[in-house]
Amino acid sequence: MTDLPTSTTKKLGLVIDLDICVGCHACVINCKEWNTSNYGAPLSDIDAYGSNPVGTFLNRIHTYEVKSDDKLAQTVHFPKSCLHCEDAPCVTVCPTGASYKRSEDGIVLVNESDCIGCGLCAWACPYGARELDAAEGVMKKCTLCVDRIYNENLPEIDREPACVRTCPANARHFGDFADPESDVSRMSAARGGMQLMPQQDTKPVNRYLPPRPKADIQTDGDIDILAPFLEPVAETPKGLLGWLDKALEAL
Amino acid sequence: MHPAASVIIFTSLSGLGFGLMFFLGLGKPDVSGGSAFVFFCIAYALAVGGLLASTFHLGNPQRAMKAFSQWRTSWLSREGVVAVAALLAMGVYAALLIFVGIRVAPLGWLGSALSITAVYCTSMIYGQLKTVPRWNMTTTPILFLLYALSGGALLAAQLPFALLLLAILTLVQILSWMLGDLSFALAGHNIETATGLGHLGKVRLLESPHSGENYLTREMVHVIGRKHSFKLRVIAALCLGVIPVVLLGLFQINHLSALLIIALHVIGLFTSRWLFFAEAEHVVGLYYDKR
Repeated sequence: MTDLPTSTTKKLGLVIDLDICVGCHACVINCKEWNTSNYGAPLSDIDAYGSNPVGTFLNRIHTYEVKSDDKLAQTVHFPKSCLHCEDAPCVTVCPTGASYKRSEDGIVLVNESDCIGCGLCAWACPYGARELDAAEGVMKKCTLCVDRIYNENLPEIDREPACVRTCPANARHFGDFADPESDVSRMSAARGGMQLMPQQDTKPVNRYLPPRPKADIQTDGDIDILAPFLEPVAETPKGLLGWLDKALEAL
Repeated sequence: MHPAASVIIFTSLSGLGFGLMFFLGLGKPDVSGGSAFVFFCIAYALAVGGLLASTFHLGNPQRAMKAFSQWRTSWLSREGVVAVAALLAMGVYAALLIFVGIRVAPLGWLGSALSITAVYCTSMIYGQLKTVPRWNMTTTPILFLLYALSGGALLAAQLPFALLLLAILTLVQILSWMLGDLSFALAGHNIETATGLGHLGKVRLLESPHSGENYLTREMVHVIGRKHSFKLRVIAALCLGVIPVVLLGLFQINHLSALLIIALHVIGLFTSRWLFFAEAEHVVGLYYDKR
């Protein structure tokens, strides 16, 4: 049933650190790899080697430039995937019951054998977290790697979502937000973890850590405060090089 | 939003069909036998044709029966359930009227109520979406109901009703275009609020997640075609209401001129429904720095 659970035992989700993400897209690739070769319909690419390739992805990285009048512009890499909302509008609009939110851990999933591919859940999601697969005609979304995190066939270190496991910068963290002592809860509390589009009343579980304030190094005409360290050591060559320099000048 | 032909045809035709059924269920016009058969055939062709058209935008239409199950939360599911109930109730009512010659009035009223409820459910599929501020307004269900009732009155040859309803519809449609233009700003969304980076300064997209399009940009970030929206609004308003109201008010209507008015209204209906989708902006477009 597409009724939402009144509460969930756990609230599994991600912390995404916008201060650390370097925009390498490794999480995008590992997500696609894991989710195309494991649970559910593969994430198809259409016209992959043609002039207009499109594909299904569960995780995408946007890159923004942020500029205020008195400061230098800064770049923020912005990964975006399902936020596993507590009041998930994508679940309640589903006419078939294919979309559901698990009461045990809060993960929002799609039962692909019930999905008719109407696309209404993707319309209801403010974050663009759901994409209809063009080859299979079913809705695809982040499963929080439900087939990894409980998978006892994997070494314990790998029992976290593929995007978290692969991030070379440690910008992504996985954990239980229902537990105030969990790493993700403490990280979010310490850094002012934010929800995306709170006006939409979706109560997303995932949190984004805003970029830390940049050390604001502004100079008065100098190129850099490090410039004095880069001054040339030898102003004029001496000895053999000095003679050679003069001889060559004279030619 | 992408103005897909299937959803434009679905909402337009099923609205007209259920609007006609609403009047037929009330016994307006009070027909029986052969002429009742023709009226009900038109109503069923429109309603069922529209519902079938809606299945063309499904990725897996063979599982469409499952869509009747989630009526407790889903307006799309409710729409399916109520539409089928309306078709069944009206089917029995029509069969008794045409073949037996008995008019079971309460059954007709039930059919009328179900027909108009089906239109309301259709409107709420769009009206419920907070993600599309232009749709998420009370004018959305009011407009859909007015379209169904005025088109239905026109098809049912209830000319005084049609005249009044078409005049109200045209005014509400124009008002709703104007309110719709403000809706996105009123909802308070921009790229700074969407990314949560507004405290750091002005935000713009430096690099898109991918070089090409994707499902989201095709489906929800439809920016082409809005260029002519003002001209299309004028054409829609003239065809769906202004000209029909003038013709209905000033001239004696025969079958031929009625057909002309209906054709004009349907052109206006399709144009305004195209605009309903093409002009609707989804908040996800903000992440792509487009609307």
